[in-house]
Amino acid sequence: MLHTGRWRPWLFVGPALLLIGFFLVYPTAMTIARSFFGRGTRLFGPSVEFVGLSNWRYIFTNNDMLVALRNNALWAVLFTTCTVGFGLLLAVLLDRVKYEKIVKSIIFIPAAISMVGASVIWKFIYAYRPAHLDQIGVLNALVVAMGGQPVGWLIARPWINNLCLIVVGIWMWTGFCMVILSAAYKNIPRQLLEAARIDGANEWRVFRNVILPLLTPTAAVVATTMVVQVLKVFDIVFVMTNGNYSTEVIANRMYKEMFNFFNYGRASAIAVVLLILITPFMVLNIRRFVHQGGGRS
Amino acid sequence: MRIKAFVARTPLHLTIFVFAAIWLIPTLGLLITSFREPSSIAGSGWWTVFPKLFSGGQFSLQNYTGVVLQEGLGRSFLNSLFISVPATAISTIIASFAAFGFAWMRFTGRNLLFMLVIGLMVIPLQMTFIPILPIYSKLKLAGTFPGIWLAHTAYGLPLTTFLVHNFMAGLPKDLFDSASIDGASAFMTFWRIVIPISVPALASVFIFQFLWIWNDLLVALVYLSAKPNVAPVTVTIANLVTNRGQDWELLTAAAFVSMALPLVVFFSLQRYFVRGILAGSVKG
Repeated sequence: MLHTGRWRPWLFVGPALLLIGFFLVYPTAMTIARSFFGRGTRLFGPSVEFVGLSNWRYIFTNNDMLVALRNNALWAVLFTTCTVGFGLLLAVLLDRVKYEKIVKSIIFIPAAISMVGASVIWKFIYAYRPAHLDQIGVLNALVVAMGGQPVGWLIARPWINNLCLIVVGIWMWTGFCMVILSAAYKNIPRQLLEAARIDGANEWRVFRNVILPLLTPTAAVVATTMVVQVLKVFDIVFVMTNGNYSTEVIANRMYKEMFNFFNYGRASAIAVVLLILITPFMVLNIRRFVHQGGGRS
Repeated sequence: MRIKAFVARTPLHLTIFVFAAIWLIPTLGLLITSFREPSSIAGSGWWTVFPKLFSGGQFSLQNYTGVVLQEGLGRSFLNSLFISVPATAISTIIASFAAFGFAWMRFTGRNLLFMLVIGLMVIPLQMTFIPILPIYSKLKLAGTFPGIWLAHTAYGLPLTTFLVHNFMAGLPKDLFDSASIDGASAFMTFWRIVIPISVPALASVFIFQFLWIWNDLLVALVYLSAKPNVAPVTVTIANLVTNRGQDWELLTAAAFVSMALPLVVFFSLQRYFVRGILAGSVKG
């Protein structure tokens, strides 16, 4: 520890603390308070009416909000299961082939591009044209080639279109899960796997009884990170459907209340819902993170 | 024996091949489409280019010149650079100072404040917009580059400070003892010794933060109020999807322009990028 006098440390940490105070601490307190007040685009003032819990009642009774909550739950389950599951599968399978590196790059590329770019890519995959025209979207071309009728993937509510949006998220984040799980997998001593094989265990039993238990802690960290991502999902829905046809999610609803309906009260309450849902998962992650010093491998 | 081993491994190769195809085909389709004539894009699927791939005349750059010059994407590309480069630089510098202060300087409330900074990673950005917007319009920061620099800097600070702190806290103590014998001040120690040693860690943080800001849509929508003269590529493309949703020649070329820089960064600096991802896996 350096002895640098009484005031000099504040020159170092001061700018960061000021910015964080202004952009994170102050707004959080204000948004919580604002969630008990009514519509309008002022923070507070004579025109802003105290409404008690009515924004909260709205969140748990309004149909659009209930759809958003249901969809976020659907995202959380499917997206998390598939990203972590595929990531784990790829980490283990790719370790056994010589072309591991190039396939890893291919799977990981979507993590570098924007969700907006990914949304355009997939909107084109889902493109729909009436049956008498040539299909230009890959998915409908496959359906037609197999003798089916073209499907309006993004308007087929409520399950197909939500599923199609979730696929975009899975496509973007599987590479992230794979990279982290693969790093953990490669840390498992090879002798451990060999010993199990010599004892007569087949590959499935080696995976089930040796690899899986050793990877579970890492998979748990990755899964909590995915849940946090999914609770905040916004870009994909905003760009591809804007929440129409029963594809609404919490973050997009918050944006609409703020900029389309000018209701800062409801928007604030929705933001607080996000905070409440995210906090337990983030706390878990941060605690693990602090203990292991940043997870740098 | 070798044939038997090969057959036994076929399901493995096949599974990997299916994954690779699903991950590659969407981007490939986008890339090919972006070079096709608008009339052929609307008339037939992009996969129909393959039978006559080398006969010529199928591809041109006109979609790119169209989006860059007429749809304002060139301007947006520059805006994205004007937003992400300074914002990333400012946040990396401020985070380095703070990380050093928290790691090596003694002051009241140090641990408490550091835990607070890290703890603020839980705050979703949605919690911050409503109280800041009125202040931004009063200070005339809404719709300006400095406004979004400050916002991105602040939002990135909890994670970047934490990551840089991890690195700096691990530096050997002798480094500073010899420096203080030389009579160097805290600032000189930081600038001359700590920063140069920390370059690899700072590079990871820089790349990670840069890509996050480049790819951001939400913060830009909120603070730049979708003004076309300051809009980054993400906002411009989101608008194109809304207004020109069937003009695939524009959308595909625009999407590829927005992806070009991240892909270059990804392929040239993959090592730092992966390290940044591994280290930054808690950022939301």
